[in-house]
Amino acid sequence: MTETILATYGITKSFGALKASNDISIDLRPGEIHAIIGPNGAGKSTLIGQICGSLAPDAGRVELMGQDVTTLSTDQRARAGLGRTFQISALAMEDTVLENATLGAMGASGRPWRFWSAALGDRSLRARAEAALERVGLADHKTKRCADLSHGQRRQLEVAVALTLEPKAFVMDEPMAGLGAEGSKNLTGFLDSLRQEAPILLVEHDMDAVFALADRISVLVYGEVIATGSVDQIRSDPRVREAYLGESA
Amino acid sequence: MSRETLFNAALLLGLIAVPAWAVMTDEPFTITLATRAVILALAAAGLNIALGIGGLVSLGHAVFFGIGGYAMGILAHHAQSYTPLMEWPFLIEGTKFMPLIWLLAIVVSALVALVIGILSLRTTGAYFIMITLAFGQMFYYFAISWSTYGGEDGMSIYVRNDFPGLNTLAPIQFYGLCLAILVVVLVFSARLRRSPFGLALNAARQVPARVEAVGMDPMRLKLVAFVISGVITGLAGALFADLNRFVSPTMFSWQFSGEIMILVILGGVGRLFGPVAGAVTFVALEHFLGGITEFWHIFLGLILLAVVLFARGGITGLVAGKEATHD
Repeated sequence: MTETILATYGITKSFGALKASNDISIDLRPGEIHAIIGPNGAGKSTLIGQICGSLAPDAGRVELMGQDVTTLSTDQRARAGLGRTFQISALAMEDTVLENATLGAMGASGRPWRFWSAALGDRSLRARAEAALERVGLADHKTKRCADLSHGQRRQLEVAVALTLEPKAFVMDEPMAGLGAEGSKNLTGFLDSLRQEAPILLVEHDMDAVFALADRISVLVYGEVIATGSVDQIRSDPRVREAYLGESA
Repeated sequence: MSRETLFNAALLLGLIAVPAWAVMTDEPFTITLATRAVILALAAAGLNIALGIGGLVSLGHAVFFGIGGYAMGILAHHAQSYTPLMEWPFLIEGTKFMPLIWLLAIVVSALVALVIGILSLRTTGAYFIMITLAFGQMFYYFAISWSTYGGEDGMSIYVRNDFPGLNTLAPIQFYGLCLAILVVVLVFSARLRRSPFGLALNAARQVPARVEAVGMDPMRLKLVAFVISGVITGLAGALFADLNRFVSPTMFSWQFSGEIMILVILGGVGRLFGPVAGAVTFVALEHFLGGITEFWHIFLGLILLAVVLFARGGITGLVAGKEATHD
């Protein structure tokens, strides 16, 4: 049996007459980057919502490390090892870079219930937060307010916060969004090395990044996975070309 | 030292100096005024944890203020009339002992905050404001119809309650007691905002989705903040009742909830000494403008308008600028 870290089985979700997810079964194996691509409105966000816990599927189930997490809340899934990044940076803008990273470290330790000692004075939390910032290249900006960061730096911090969780699997919603060519290239290199730590479910519009990184690609169209396969298989799949890649492939 | 720290220190020193000033100028009433400011600051410091850090716009904090007041009123009433609070299944007598009164105020405030919090935190924005307001009105009308304890007229307590080692009837000593409690709460607030809980709560106000995504439940964080907040305001209510030696349903009124919120906004939402700056300003306006015209609220309204429009950080923000980031 192939070991899977994260998997969905027949996930279905409707909004009124619209089937946003129709019987979706995908899996994420150790060491891989599995990219989800699809045109706007294909149901990528809905799928991520169900995997991460903000949306409940009408049918089907989600498993993390072989454990059924379908009924768990978002925060429970995060504690179980799901590290996600948001398409639009979700960071505490008034707080510093280090505080944002510490938040992740705190959540991972599962104990925010301390009211007296200073969060930033906690050595283990701080070490974890600083290590993550170091890795994404934000170590020099620790004391900056998040609001004063550039867009690219916020994207980096977004990844760093997920790193502090030391998750079993990453779910990344368009981590390249709004990055320039240079930033996109750097992040691509970083994610390439990250997959050895924990596999990545990557939703991304940047096709260069997807083709450079993905071990497997699933194509989502109108709420259905129409194809899953290697980069070459997907590139040459006629249905995919028709539905999505069009002339650009 | 940042400007805000200097401002805070100046405020605190000013409060400590009030008794000396009152004695020198031979105006003992100043101490009573200052006591009122300190107790209101305490009530607002409670709200500031829910509102300032947690972003919970509670228009029902008078509930806790009133609970504190009635905890004092009921226990002292039974003590002064030598009637037991209840005889069955076990005997509970009234008391004039402040620490016991505070304990009751704290415990009941915590339980009520827990229930109100669980029910109202399901909502956000205007609905949250309305639900907390509704709870406030429930308690208000309950107090009005509670004829055992004075109904609409409230209760007078003839002698101020006791605190070991102090003559609480001496204004200076009671003032010192209230100020000491305020300082303890401010120290706790200062620690809290830098603690893991404070960091998480602060983030839960700004980006709940992020807090969830790193494995914490924003609702639970806010609920705990609401309880802590209610407890502090409840304690302030017990002291306020002791200051006036009088308890009435007014303590539960929505106008009072609004007043606590005004103190926080005036002083600077989320700023450590914001409630203190707000309460001192409020009591000063009430006293001096109130001496000139009974329509002094018009001026309070204008000042509040100015603060909301032009000085988002309230008085603290005006004097000390934006909040400094800490390493």
